[in-house]
Amino acid sequence: MSSASSSFIDRRTIIDWLGIVPFMIFAMMFLIIPTLYLVTGAFFTADGQFTFKNIADLFTPTILSAYWISIRISLASSLGGALIGFFLAWAVVLGGLPSWIRSGLLTFSGVASNFAGVPLAFAFIATLGRTGLVTLFLRDWFGFNLYSTGFNLLSFFGLTITYMFFQIPLMVLILTPALDGLKREWREASESLGASTWQYWRMVGLPILWPSLLGTTLLLFANAFGAIATAYALTGASLNIVPILLYAQIRGDVLHNPNLGYALALGMIVITGLSNILYIWLRMRAERWQK
Amino acid sequence: MKTSKFLAWLAIAIGVIYFFIPLLGTFEFSLRMRRGEYSLDAYGSVFSDVQFQQTFGFSILMALFTIVFGMLLVVPTAYWVRLRLPQMRPVLEFITLMPLVIPAIVIVFGYLRLYNSSSYIPFTGSIFGTNVLLVMSYITLSLPYMYRSVDTAMRTIDVRTLTEAAEILGAKWPTILFRCIFPNVMSGVLSGAFITFAIVIGEFTMASLLDRPAFGPYLQLVGANKAYEPSALAIIAFAITWLSMGLLQLVSRFSKLAPSKA
Repeated sequence: MSSASSSFIDRRTIIDWLGIVPFMIFAMMFLIIPTLYLVTGAFFTADGQFTFKNIADLFTPTILSAYWISIRISLASSLGGALIGFFLAWAVVLGGLPSWIRSGLLTFSGVASNFAGVPLAFAFIATLGRTGLVTLFLRDWFGFNLYSTGFNLLSFFGLTITYMFFQIPLMVLILTPALDGLKREWREASESLGASTWQYWRMVGLPILWPSLLGTTLLLFANAFGAIATAYALTGASLNIVPILLYAQIRGDVLHNPNLGYALALGMIVITGLSNILYIWLRMRAERWQK
Repeated sequence: MKTSKFLAWLAIAIGVIYFFIPLLGTFEFSLRMRRGEYSLDAYGSVFSDVQFQQTFGFSILMALFTIVFGMLLVVPTAYWVRLRLPQMRPVLEFITLMPLVIPAIVIVFGYLRLYNSSSYIPFTGSIFGTNVLLVMSYITLSLPYMYRSVDTAMRTIDVRTLTEAAEILGAKWPTILFRCIFPNVMSGVLSGAFITFAIVIGEFTMASLLDRPAFGPYLQLVGANKAYEPSALAIIAFAITWLSMGLLQLVSRFSKLAPSKA
């Protein structure tokens, strides 16, 4: 602590900082620099001239429609996942169900939220595909042809319903602790003041929960937006969503401009980044009530 | 009170229908390979496929490397930051969250541009280099889970006292790290390892774009070319995920019991 030993302190400080050098080199090499390379590349032409043309080129019909479908699928699956997930989490926390249902649901959610990618696509093809279990069941027992209604698994609706398989469990996992944080006293206080269930939820429960609810929905949105494996296995390259377009671009430069590919990646980072920043901000607000 | 109980059961019923029908459908489909009767032919066909054995083995190997090298990177760093650089914790938390924000496909796109065969560090120039890059990409993907589980485990032990005690007894740094810190955060290391395994084993994006013969791209290939095998593979993949998560729960349950005994 004394100033006489300042050279000793300096050496110690240097050793302190040396300890995280391996991690920092790793993060730089495999996370930060690759990302920055794409982000900066989005603002240059192939010959190294600064330009906004790549960004402007994102606003062409093909790319714009890819972003639009991606956003719609992510939004629909995150809202659907949030709604059903909330309902399920509410049921096990406040619905007065036996406790084994709660632990069962949480365990299953841990598994299902990690069951994504290619196998998930297979599961839904086997269920709702043209010869899937549900499709055949509806046809043989009710004479109802699912595919004559215009339903198609390889579409906006099909992908949304498939994505919800990992979205709902994620919502359950994040929201259960938040619902546990709703204190019994608040409920009792509002009841003794004569509030109905509806009034309690509208004026106490939901105002406390909305940062968690909205924040988790945003997390689910980003989660769906970056997902590719399920969509690719389900639809091949036929559905024009951003991750699949980027995949095709990386494989074979389908946009005929490598730097436009960087701009496409930048667009993805901006969208998932914004929703994550909002999520973190909302979570900080939500944690005020969980102390 | 009665309506809320009814609604709760309704929610569970909807959940059960939504989650079990696809699993049931997949299982039923996987048994349909032989005409007119149920059989395990699809599973037999999968297991006897040489490509299945090779890609599955390759992915397990990659997962093991990811876990070993990831933990060798994460545990000392988390330990050091707690001990000596607490002011860096928010920075580390931020960096380890980034792989959740930046989609995997963007990260691997960056790798392909930065480390191609004509660059200064040509990882993708050789098979060995590409495998190394694949492991690095998997460590990056699992960084959020590994760091958080290790950091949580470290919160329950007193890193400073343990280190000082070991130092007084004359232990050197490697001894402190591998015989004192690692065993004490084993529950965190194991739960991080299981979730990493679940993520890596069927990972598609990285392996496919780096062109490595991993299980994920193989699954996709089978899905595009065969009828019944994909369902069998989906059931197998679900079983693997379930196993990893089950082991994870077991470990965290044990680690919860441990402090109460002490």
